[in-house]
Amino acid sequence: MTTTPQAARRASPRKRRPATPAAPDPSAGLMPQAEPVRLLNSDGTPLPAHPDYPEPPVEALREMYRRMVVGRRFDAQATALTKQGRLAVYPSSRGQEACQVGGVLALREDDWVFPTYRESMALTARGIDPVEVLTLLRGDWHCGYDPTEVRTAPQCTPLATQCVHAAGLAYGESYQGRDTVALVYIGDGATSEGDFHEGVNFAAVFKAPVVYFVQNNRYAISVPLSRQTAAPTLAYKGVGYGVPSEQVDGNDPVAVLAVLNRAVAHARAGKGPYLVEAHTYRMEPHTNADDQTRYRDAEEVEAWRERDPITRLESYLRAREVLDDAAVAEIAEEAEAYAARLRERMNVQPTVDPLSLFEHVYAEPTPQLVEQREQVRAELAATQEEDA
Amino acid sequence: MATMTMAKALNAALADAMLDDERVVVFGEDVGQLGGVFRITDGLQARFGDKRCFDTPLAEAGIVGFAVGLAMSGLRPVVEMQFDAFAYPAFEQIASHVAKLRNRTRGALSVPMVIRVPYAGGIGGVEHHCDSSEAYYAHTPGLKVITPATVADAYSLMREAIDDPDPVVFMEPKKLYFASGEADLPARTEPFGRAVVRRPGRDATLVAYGPAVPVALEAAEAAKEEGWDLEVVDVRTIVPFDDATIAASVRRTGRCVVVQEAQGFAGVGAEIAARVQERCFHALHAPVLRVSGLDIPYPAPMLEHTHLPSVDRVLDAVARLQWDDQPDSRWLTDGVPA
Repeated sequence: MTTTPQAARRASPRKRRPATPAAPDPSAGLMPQAEPVRLLNSDGTPLPAHPDYPEPPVEALREMYRRMVVGRRFDAQATALTKQGRLAVYPSSRGQEACQVGGVLALREDDWVFPTYRESMALTARGIDPVEVLTLLRGDWHCGYDPTEVRTAPQCTPLATQCVHAAGLAYGESYQGRDTVALVYIGDGATSEGDFHEGVNFAAVFKAPVVYFVQNNRYAISVPLSRQTAAPTLAYKGVGYGVPSEQVDGNDPVAVLAVLNRAVAHARAGKGPYLVEAHTYRMEPHTNADDQTRYRDAEEVEAWRERDPITRLESYLRAREVLDDAAVAEIAEEAEAYAARLRERMNVQPTVDPLSLFEHVYAEPTPQLVEQREQVRAELAATQEEDA
Repeated sequence: MATMTMAKALNAALADAMLDDERVVVFGEDVGQLGGVFRITDGLQARFGDKRCFDTPLAEAGIVGFAVGLAMSGLRPVVEMQFDAFAYPAFEQIASHVAKLRNRTRGALSVPMVIRVPYAGGIGGVEHHCDSSEAYYAHTPGLKVITPATVADAYSLMREAIDDPDPVVFMEPKKLYFASGEADLPARTEPFGRAVVRRPGRDATLVAYGPAVPVALEAAEAAKEEGWDLEVVDVRTIVPFDDATIAASVRRTGRCVVVQEAQGFAGVGAEIAARVQERCFHALHAPVLRVSGLDIPYPAPMLEHTHLPSVDRVLDAVARLQWDDQPDSRWLTDGVPA
């Protein structure tokens, strides 16, 4: 009797697919928590300790409070200066103080910050002269400060383009044996830009020590978050690039600093970039020139007032007994003095030299620029003669 | 003197720069193991390691933005854009950051880098592979724009570009990559900002750059039969631009044709023609004419010869330079210039 191949197949014991061992979750270590990390309730009472995010030392939180109070006063002063015609324009970050200051406090002095135009408060919190920070918004052509000295890139107006610069800088630093971390501030709108994705991807591929810190303040000028993304959280955007990502309550200063501390430590340890989305809210219009009544209700803004990051941290620090009436008054006084000094200095009309327009276009001006400079010089001389 | 291709000279320039300066890093798409689609970076990764010459994700804005950060950290990036039209995604980085960082920071932060752009046509490339994009960069203050036409210049200008304190867009004429020439490496030719007279002549000046230089030289040879002795000036460095050498040539000859491969409208040739007119009006016997590509999207390989400036087109232009002191009739409509 011959056996047909079919019969042989039937006769052989059926091969069992080996039981698959539980595959490791490829997103492990990348996924953000289901809810934004929160260490304080809205009223400032503490939540139970978080397993992943230890609370920062209380001295750091007290310093954070001080810089947030001074920062808010600075921000209000800058807005006032636009009304007096001393600033051409000012984008306020009122309401985002925990993020503005937290990003700076998580870094060392020799780390690099890559800010956008809304980070004036962060930069002054970093210790940069506020008049220098406001130079550009005052109507001058340069960024005011020396970026190499304060380790802070010029405030970036084109959206998200600094995401790639930070990847390059951080990679270049580690390539040269330095453990510098770069922290990028961007907003929710900028996560729609291609350069955000290219930056995060480059940082991930080259394991560059960068912290991408997304301040989701719900609006890109007038366009709400729902028009930027269908993702449940912007923190998911890091996961696709293999970047550990987290979301945090951006109005909880303790949580913001705790999460950023961990993100910076991750980057500094050579483990590559980290992405943090902070849920916060822009309390003011986009800039003084914007009319927010055209796109959002006053009630919506009011609701966020109850989640104010400064009062939240203040209640907590008072409860911890590291802040009392006297200390609060002292810090408020410091903030007033800071604003008064700024006002005074900004009331001096700066002198600008038209011939400086030709400087720093190239290391050395081209013959054509020399020619144009001489033309402008002659025009200025002629005007002066007429005026005399 | 050795005979070599422009591709080989560029490769040698990169290798020598990497040898001389350990801050120099070369990166882009396919530049590592493959050595670049045109083999300009051939062997660099094997010789210098994958930290000095490396492939990146396929993202041109990312490549140039990454270079900005590397330059900020003190390195000297040389990046490849693979093809002219593929550099467009990087344009924001180039125009808003690479070109402006020195200015925005009053010189505190400069980002010296070389952005290599294989450009222009004549190689039978499919769409998006043959653009002449030099005008976009030349129109952006803060960038230097260089385009070699000879093997020695390819080496020397590349070495200078890597050493230069400003960002340089280095436009490499694809058509000339595998054209051979004579050079003694390490060649050092005239520096940035200098145009060069490639062929002296008395009757008219042909001003050309990049892929148009060999066309101009060939036209000048052919013109001898017509009795014209043509001078050919190679612009070499579009920015910084050498007004003096070009104006001196046109003042000598009294006639000028600008030859470029790019589409003509609002192009570099238009700028050159205007500058020559401004500086040489009293020496000119005829209007400055331009021979350029047509004002069309770069055509399909089967039609590119119709688009590209040819020797005949150059000679036709030369013929219209009012040799008998009569105005060109096509400029006159009822006595009024059209």
